[in-house]
Amino acid sequence: MDNQSKIAQYSDPDVLVTTDWLTSNLSKVIAVESNEDILLYDTGHIEGAVKLDWHTELNHPLRRDYLEGAAFAALMDSKGIGRDDTVVLYGDRSNWWATYAFWVFKLFGHENVHLLDGGRAKWIADGGALTTDKPQTTSSSYPVVERNDTEIRAFRDEVLSHIGQPLVDVRSPEEYSGERLHMPDFPNEGATRGGHIPTAASIPWSRAVQADETFRPLNELEELYFSNTGFNRESDFIAYCRIGERSSHSWFVLKYLLGVKNVRNYDGSWTEWGNLVGAPIATGSNPGSAV
Amino acid sequence: MTSAAQNIIEEFNFLEGSNKLELLLEFSEALPELEARFGEHPELLERVEECQSPVFIAVEGNADRVSLHFSAPREAPTTRGFASILNSALNNHSAEQILGLSDDYPSMLGLDSLISPLRVRGMRGMLARIKRKTAELIDQK
Repeated sequence: MDNQSKIAQYSDPDVLVTTDWLTSNLSKVIAVESNEDILLYDTGHIEGAVKLDWHTELNHPLRRDYLEGAAFAALMDSKGIGRDDTVVLYGDRSNWWATYAFWVFKLFGHENVHLLDGGRAKWIADGGALTTDKPQTTSSSYPVVERNDTEIRAFRDEVLSHIGQPLVDVRSPEEYSGERLHMPDFPNEGATRGGHIPTAASIPWSRAVQADETFRPLNELEELYFSNTGFNRESDFIAYCRIGERSSHSWFVLKYLLGVKNVRNYDGSWTEWGNLVGAPIATGSNPGSAV
Repeated sequence: MTSAAQNIIEEFNFLEGSNKLELLLEFSEALPELEARFGEHPELLERVEECQSPVFIAVEGNADRVSLHFSAPREAPTTRGFASILNSALNNHSAEQILGLSDDYPSMLGLDSLISPLRVRGMRGMLARIKRKTAELIDQK
């Protein structure tokens, strides 16, 4: 199955674009690169693409939160992105940080956002050119739109009352069981206890991608998220990880590829829950029960 | 602290914001290629587990002069930049000078607000391993 027919099977096929499509439409869209390694863009990127730095540009400077409306508008102005522009996000590590940026764009209701299937690695593998020339950007007076946290973002109290309903832990199996407090190969980023939110199913985020970093075909995703868990498209999902980045990737899969109606990302994730006074946790490889 | 290590701190702290990142990128590009003999003998290299990307180091020489070797992928320029800074600061110095470099050196570069704390801790892991292997090297002699 070629990539285009694979994409056609997804619930919202328009949300993903192929490297061929991007090559032909590059002049009509604004490509935005968002990487885990924040220097990678500067070593070479798709022509005309602007860089979005997840670490310094998306967060509120003084609260653990995302930008507010005015700051997001200023950020878009600095990138030359207008409210009606078509944005195509892509990045390293299977679009891990690109889906995080995608989720933030959606908190602000930006309509036309797409993701390049396979991200940066696929672009390079398909022979796509890279340049170190940085594009000239012009502000398009992005309007101030307040963030909408109600539909795709979950907070700790909502998670607490959601225990027993579809909850997906997308971290590694070792983080889920509580054997380790951080990703394999990554240093600890500060949680006092190891384990998972009781009743959460363990579905590591990276299982949704293939070796070439594109998403798995629909039937394989259905098996992973539905057949293996007993959940379905009508379920109300919450996904979480360590700080909400890996779970943005799974949120994207659930919402756009599988067509789950209600799915929220709990960005507080384990760095909040694992430190939260009074919050119940479960350890070991079983989901555990609601208390 | 070696004068090379001191100079690097001054260079970074003289610059602001994105200029600091450009300097880090220059360091990343300046990391010497790993000598071919290590490709044939990967067991001479130790993986830096604290780093998110596959980074390997080797420490050779004697107490008077310790030579450092790094391997870090081009797709991980931040990690390469950190390896290159440590290489510039410490390569071909004495064991005493290497062991004398503060464990807090990575934080002195003033990159904490620009780069995720995970990354900066990866560099601390790299430094800790260099120091441990240097200590092992002089113990053997």
